[in-house]
Amino acid sequence: MSTSVKTARPQTAQKPAPQFSDRVKAERRLGWLLAGPAFVVMLAVTAYPILQAVFDSLFNYRLTAPDEREFIGLGNYATILTDEVWWRDLGVTLLITVVTVVVELILGFALALVMHKALKSVRGLLRTAILVPYGIITVVSAFAWFYAFDINSGFINNWFDWVPGIDPDLNWFAQGGTSLFVIMASEIWKTTPFISLLLLAGLAQVPDELTEAAEVDGATWWERMSRVILPNMKAAIMVAVLFRALDAFRIFDNVFIMTNGAFGTEVLSLLAYRTSISRLEIGLGSAVSVLLFICVLLICFIAIKLFKVDLAGARGGK
Amino acid sequence: MKSRTKERLVWTVISILVLVYALFPVASILATSFKEPSDLTSGKFLPTNWSSVNYQEILVGDAQELFLSSLWNSIGISLIATFIAVVLATLCAYAIARLDFPGKKLILTTALAVSIFPVISIVTPLFNLWRNIGLYDTWPGLIIPYLSLTLPISIWTLAAFFRQIPWELEQAAQVDGATTWQAFRKAIVPLAAPGVFTTAIIAFFIAWNDFVYGISLTSTEAARPVPAALAFFTGASQFEAPVGAISAAAIIVTIPIVLLVLLFQRQIVSGLTQGAVKG
Repeated sequence: MSTSVKTARPQTAQKPAPQFSDRVKAERRLGWLLAGPAFVVMLAVTAYPILQAVFDSLFNYRLTAPDEREFIGLGNYATILTDEVWWRDLGVTLLITVVTVVVELILGFALALVMHKALKSVRGLLRTAILVPYGIITVVSAFAWFYAFDINSGFINNWFDWVPGIDPDLNWFAQGGTSLFVIMASEIWKTTPFISLLLLAGLAQVPDELTEAAEVDGATWWERMSRVILPNMKAAIMVAVLFRALDAFRIFDNVFIMTNGAFGTEVLSLLAYRTSISRLEIGLGSAVSVLLFICVLLICFIAIKLFKVDLAGARGGK
Repeated sequence: MKSRTKERLVWTVISILVLVYALFPVASILATSFKEPSDLTSGKFLPTNWSSVNYQEILVGDAQELFLSSLWNSIGISLIATFIAVVLATLCAYAIARLDFPGKKLILTTALAVSIFPVISIVTPLFNLWRNIGLYDTWPGLIIPYLSLTLPISIWTLAAFFRQIPWELEQAAQVDGATTWQAFRKAIVPLAAPGVFTTAIIAFFIAWNDFVYGISLTSTEAARPVPAALAFFTGASQFEAPVGAISAAAIIVTIPIVLLVLLFQRQIVSGLTQGAVKG
């Protein structure tokens, strides 16, 4: 953002306010006139509901018995945090987040390299193919993977019965481990293109002269990769990982379609949905929502403070 | 000569691997959508007899009303949410890329914060509020929350696009006596149109993909979009899993995605990567 430097000037001057020309004043007014509506809408659709959720979370409030609403302070939070369901769901969510992000980073980097190096003749084809999973509806992806593995409608058991542990009677969705495997496979398939496009943009920023110089100096492929390319695209990798981690942490669609949380596959988003929308426990559900929000903030905080991910810097540049 | 042939071969193999990766699940559900009900448990990838019975069921048969109304809801709600987001984001991104005013960084940071917001966190309060003010199970009841998905990415993508526009043209127009607004409309809009269009495609993908809002804030065919409708599909009888019908419906809602990707592959890639890292 090359122009942002100018806006960094102190806004509350000690001396009498500087006399802005009419031109400057008009530009500032126009700036907020144009940007204001989008800003207000963004706040209205997120800040207001989350504040409402914080408020509702302090009450014992069920839609099935709205008249019995009473203030219980942090009671809902105590209920949730002492319930093992919350901790189990948090564990499942974190497991899915870590596994999918690690696999996607490796797979996405391979795809990015392929797209980066591809001959002109196949480049368009590869990008088009990769965008199909990106654009496809997550629910459709979930059904595609579910039906392929399902014991009744699937063909995976037949195709892979030579693999130890897979036989025609294996019901993938009857226990947690195998269910999570398919859930994560669908999630990885659908979202790897996004991470690979972010990494592709990072790859494009590594100066060609650097890699060529390393090649001339006799560096092996691995040396070029680990000493030149990866360090130069660290920022892009960090941003890709953080964005995908936050996205994976909110996983909902795949789990809802495939198991609906059965056999210990419930994730936090599903817990919030089940509490508020299915059981109509608005107070308790709001507390789950607020806790989920705090988790996301925490992940962001850790990434930015510990790993120094410069989100604004990489998204939009400086 | 020899190394070129080898390179060709390597790229052919790599391309096939990528194509299989990207298209196999789609091919799988496509094959399922053409299976007859008795064929669904065959354990085979391809149908024994190719049959259009599933498509008939959702387009002209028993499930017609359920599917077509949700398709109409999805198209209408996604297009309106995309349109509103792109209009607001275009104005906003123009101001950010071009004008000097305090608070730019605040707006971009807010967009970033909104885009990482857990959707499910605002569903509960919206669910309650919408029921009280009558927006539950209506189009506006989904369009408004969809803006939380489509607006932030539109602002980022467009701001990145707009920073690459040659703004001298605008100054030239201003020198010629045009106001800032006129310069925007006459000199910049034609240049910015491709970026706006690409942003619209990306925003549409996101709105089209929504599931959480769709199942939480609707209850009937009045506003339920396709992804939510698929999750609540029931078979022709309660003993018959609606595998075929869901597969056929899934293929139909995937067609627009594939068409957009085929037509605008280059623009979508540049939009996604520019929004992420300044190109």
